[in-house]
Amino acid sequence: MKTETGGIRTGSEVSSHDRFIGPLRVAITGGTSGLGLALVREFGARGARVAFLARHAEPVAKVERENKNTHGIVADVSDKGAIYPAALQIVGELGGLEILINNASDLGAVPLALLADTNCEDLEKAMATNVLGPFRLTKALLGALAASAREGRASLVVNISSDAAVTPYPKWGAYGASKAALRHLTEIWNQELSVEGVRFLSFDPGEMDTPMHTLAVPDADRTTLKTAEAAARELITAIETALTRPA
Amino acid sequence: MIAATVPVQRSRRAKVMVVDPSGQIRDLPRTALIDLIQPGELVVANDAATIPASLSGVHLPSHRPIEVRLAGVPSLDLDNREFSAVVFGAGDFHSRTEDRPQPPSLAAGDRLQMGPLAAKILHLLDHPRLVLLEFDHSRDELWAGLAHHGRPIQYSHVPVPLALWDVWTPIAGPPVAFEPPSAGFALSWQLVTEMRVRGAQFKTITHAAGLSSTGDPELDKRLPFDEPYRVPRATAEAINQAKSSGKRIIAVGTTVVRALEHAVHEGQIAAGENLATERIGARTRLQVVDALLSGTHEPGTSHYELLRAFLTDEELERLTTELNMREYHTHEFGDSVLVARTRNKLAEDKPSRCQHVASLVCSSASDYRLRHRSI
Repeated sequence: MKTETGGIRTGSEVSSHDRFIGPLRVAITGGTSGLGLALVREFGARGARVAFLARHAEPVAKVERENKNTHGIVADVSDKGAIYPAALQIVGELGGLEILINNASDLGAVPLALLADTNCEDLEKAMATNVLGPFRLTKALLGALAASAREGRASLVVNISSDAAVTPYPKWGAYGASKAALRHLTEIWNQELSVEGVRFLSFDPGEMDTPMHTLAVPDADRTTLKTAEAAARELITAIETALTRPA
Repeated sequence: MIAATVPVQRSRRAKVMVVDPSGQIRDLPRTALIDLIQPGELVVANDAATIPASLSGVHLPSHRPIEVRLAGVPSLDLDNREFSAVVFGAGDFHSRTEDRPQPPSLAAGDRLQMGPLAAKILHLLDHPRLVLLEFDHSRDELWAGLAHHGRPIQYSHVPVPLALWDVWTPIAGPPVAFEPPSAGFALSWQLVTEMRVRGAQFKTITHAAGLSSTGDPELDKRLPFDEPYRVPRATAEAINQAKSSGKRIIAVGTTVVRALEHAVHEGQIAAGENLATERIGARTRLQVVDALLSGTHEPGTSHYELLRAFLTDEELERLTTELNMREYHTHEFGDSVLVARTRNKLAEDKPSRCQHVASLVCSSASDYRLRHRSI
C-alpha cells in the first residue's frame, strides 16, 4: 500500500513545541490504539491541544493520563446519539477546532469474509463507523471548523483512507466499500466547502503494525509493516503540506 | 400566528415576510432569501452552539424534584463554573412554562444534585427562582455531565423531546448559548456559499443567547439578561469596511443586533469580548445594523420590542397583522421576517438622540446585572 501524500519527518526533527502544530486544536477519533493513539501522542508531544474519542472508559482514562495536552471523551462514533454530545465536549473542552481526524475504523466481518458470506449487520457496522460516523461528526463540528477558517486559522478534516478504498480486494468488501464511500465523501466535501476555507484530505497510512491489521491479516510478517508512529508522523507532514498550500 | 410544533429547521414550506426601507411588505418563500442579498452586503450571524442547559435534579435540602435552566454566564470563558439559572418545581417542558409549579424555597448554600452534576447556590439574584450556581466540577467533568445529562431547554409548543441536533444551527461552533440563536435555523451552507459567490460577505459573532421566557411575569420583564459576546477581528474589520463604504449590514437574529449595537463606539466596531447589557427597543437609534433576519415574534416579548428599533409602531402593527392574516408560523422553528430599518423610523429617530443615550443608561439597569458583573 502507498500513501497518497509523501514525505516523512523523523522523530529527531520534532521539537516538544512545534511552531506549526503547537497552536492547533485537534480532535481524533479512535484515539486509544493503532494510528489514532500514535496521533494523540505525536500531536500532544508537539504542543497541540488534543481531544480524542474512543469507546471504552478505561483506555481513554489511561491515554489521557499518559499524554499531556490531551483530553479523552468516551464515545462510539457509530452511535448516532453519541455524536453531538461528543462534539459538545470537544468544542467545550478545546474552545474551538482546527483539525478533525476521522480515524476510528471498523473492518466489518472478522475474520475477513467473501461478500457472499458477510452478514448484513457487519456491513452496517462498517458503514456506521467508517462512513456515517465521520459524516455526522464532521457536520456537528463544521461550525467550529468554519469559524476557524473565517478567523484566518487552519481548518482541515482528515479522513483516514486505505488502498482498499481504491482497489477492490476480495474479502475486504465491507471495509473497502465503506472506505471508498468515505474517500468519495471527502472529495465532495472538499469541493463544496473550499469556498468557506474548510479543507478535506484523504490519507492512506499504508499497511501498519496495529491491532486492526492483526485482526485482518493474523499471519502477516510484522517486520514488513510500518509502525503507527511513522504513519502518524507522515500524516502530520501531510497536514502541514495541505495547510501551507493555497486552497 | 400559529405555533410551529415540529423541530424542522429548514422546512420547504418556510416563508419570509420582507419589510423594505419604504415600509412595503412582501410575502415570499424563504428559498427566495438569496435574491434579497445584494453584492457587497454583509450578513452577520451568531455562531454559538446551544448548551443542553435544562438539568433535572433534586433540591437536596428539601429532597424535592426540580428543573434547573441555566440562563447566563458573566463571560465566554469555557472554564466558567458559575451560571445564573432559573429553577422550576417538578415537571418538564410538557407543561406550559407559566403553569410550572414553583421550586422549593431556595437559599444561598443550598445544594442541588442534577444527575452526575452537583452544584451549590451562591446567592439568589433578587428573585426567589433566579439563582447564581457554582458547579463542583472540573471543566471536563462539567462538559461531560452536560453532554450526558442535560437536555436542550424547550417549551410546550414542541411536544417531542428535542435533541442537540435540533437546536444547533448549521454554523454552530462554541457552545455558549442557553437557547438556540434560532434565526440561524434559516441558514444553510448552500445559502452561505451562494452569498459569497454573489459577492456578499458572511461573518459571525459569538453571543451567549439566554432564555426567551421564564414563565414568571416579573422575571420575564428582566429579559434579556446580560449576555457576553465576542466579535472576531475579521468580523469587526468587515463591518467597519462595509459601514465606511455604505453597504448594508444584515443581522441574522436579535442577538446579533444586541451585540453589534453594544460593540459600536464612535461609529467603529471593536473586536473582542464584552457583555451586552442594553435592551434594544423603540428608543434605540441603530448605528450598525440596517436589516434583521429573524423569526416571527409575538407582541409582549423582548424580541418583538426589539423590532421597534427598525419599524415605527404603525409599521410594526401592519407587519403583525400581515403575519397573522397570512398564517405565519411563530417560535423557533417557524417562519422568518427580513426587516429593514425603514425611512419612517429613521426620520422618527433623528430628533431623539438624547433620548437614546438616556435609554442606554437607564434601560434594564437591574440589580441583577450589577450583582452579576461584580461576581
